[in-house]
Amino acid sequence: MKIINLDHISANPLLPEVKQAMIEAIGADYGNPSSQHRMGERAAQMLEDARKSVSRLVNAANDREIVFTSCGTESANHAVKGVAFANRDRGNHIVTSNIEHNAVIRSLRRLKSMGYTVTSVSVGADGRVDPADIESAITDTTILVSVMHSNNETGTLQPVAEIAAIARKRGVLFHCDAVDSVGVVPVDVQDLGVDLLSFASNPFYGPTGVGGLYIKRGVRIWPLLEGGIQEHNKRAGTENLVGIIGMGKAAELARRELDQRMAHTAALKKKFLDELPNYIDEYIINTHPEYSLPNMLSVSIKYIEGESVVLMLDDENFAVSTRSACATGSLRASHVLLSLGLSHADAQGTLVLAFGIDNSEAQITAFLGALQRVVKTLRDISPLYRRSAAEG
Amino acid sequence: MYSKTVMDHFRNPRNVGEIENANGVGEVGNPLCGDIMTIYLDIRDDIIRDIKFQTFGCGSAIAVSSMITEMAKGKHIDEARKISNKDVAEALEGLPKNKLHCSNLGADALHMAIKNYEERRAGITRPEPVRKEVHVHREGGKCYCPYCDVEVSENTTFCEACQSNLEDEH
Repeated sequence: MKIINLDHISANPLLPEVKQAMIEAIGADYGNPSSQHRMGERAAQMLEDARKSVSRLVNAANDREIVFTSCGTESANHAVKGVAFANRDRGNHIVTSNIEHNAVIRSLRRLKSMGYTVTSVSVGADGRVDPADIESAITDTTILVSVMHSNNETGTLQPVAEIAAIARKRGVLFHCDAVDSVGVVPVDVQDLGVDLLSFASNPFYGPTGVGGLYIKRGVRIWPLLEGGIQEHNKRAGTENLVGIIGMGKAAELARRELDQRMAHTAALKKKFLDELPNYIDEYIINTHPEYSLPNMLSVSIKYIEGESVVLMLDDENFAVSTRSACATGSLRASHVLLSLGLSHADAQGTLVLAFGIDNSEAQITAFLGALQRVVKTLRDISPLYRRSAAEG
Repeated sequence: MYSKTVMDHFRNPRNVGEIENANGVGEVGNPLCGDIMTIYLDIRDDIIRDIKFQTFGCGSAIAVSSMITEMAKGKHIDEARKISNKDVAEALEGLPKNKLHCSNLGADALHMAIKNYEERRAGITRPEPVRKEVHVHREGGKCYCPYCDVEVSENTTFCEACQSNLEDEH
């Protein structure tokens, strides 16, 4: 039986057109874009075509502002560490939020061990950063502000343009981790006013193993990888041309189909939210009702634990994600959910759903039925549910 | 990730529920990792005639609970007391390392329930079932760095092997 993917935040299928472009690229046996001969020239042309397409997706002023990387994590590492290293003479302080992806959090933790200082602002119960908190955290030694575009656990959108304006006013560089947003909602680097923006290809149905980093012209940044002069001297190493061609194709399609995709997934999300009360009770929606990705939803189901839910739903042929501590290697409750004020027990029962263009309304109905069965089975086993029922 | 036996006990947990007039109840809980297990015993002539469990937790926590009830059922309490968390993990054909640390609480809950039975028999009453909220390490319960899988000591906040900060992780 085919597994229905409601976990598009973890993996997206390749679009047929993307797959085709990549197969053709493998078949064409392109050379190295850095070579001087015709084989290299052809490869360089493909590389620049892909760059143009990706550049258009985020509306960069110049295609040269796009650097291809190996993934969103590399982009975020490059932005945060590269700016910190290159601007050490100007200061050593970085401002961020409590709900960033580990690619940013752990990069900053590494920088802290090297003498940088970090101020991390809390989010409100609605899961959003208050730009005023960012402003008051900026000091004379601040060199970078890094706040994500949408949160990877809740899908809640952050007030990026406001924060970017504050950073600009204070003369501080601003990086935005937009990995879960680019190609999913409109992201325009010029409108937002960001200096650096991280993204990846897979969230918009391109291949994994390719990402991008927008670096506004004039930003002082060091490369993470040193070697050749690829990517305008910002990232050494022979390019993953097949992957990049796939990303370019996916970017072209995402730009063209964005409105249609958003409408499709938003309708699925609405259906799920509208009908959920008919199937289960006692849950908490962690995603902002208005400011959130159209395809994403985080729900904490009381008295049960997420990994158990994921395993049982897998038996029912549905793929979903959880943010329970038990399901992560670290066995710690999610920092994002705790930041929202959830208790450890409630955070344990958190499912992350990310709908995709390949999902249908009938699948949502079937999923709600499966979820109802699984929740009942697990609550029947749970001592917390019994206790709560006994207490009335 | 999980063995076939773990998945079998997770999918078809044995002895789920509550014993209404249980004469021994034990609960272990680890609110940070999240697993909570309650064991109910019906003991007559020091023999475990019936045993049931309720568990809030991940796949391995449910499988461990199910397995311990199977292992203890029908046993004399002196025999049941000898069952260790390690025995349960072995009967389940192994558990992932990080779950040994967290979810393998079945024997603890059983021992707690037997202790509760003995206390009741001796006339000691407690307002609540015996409950252990603090996460302690049991025999064989070692800690591992979540990043590089190297064994680390209980209260460390730094993994020497991979230079990772474990403050928020461990």
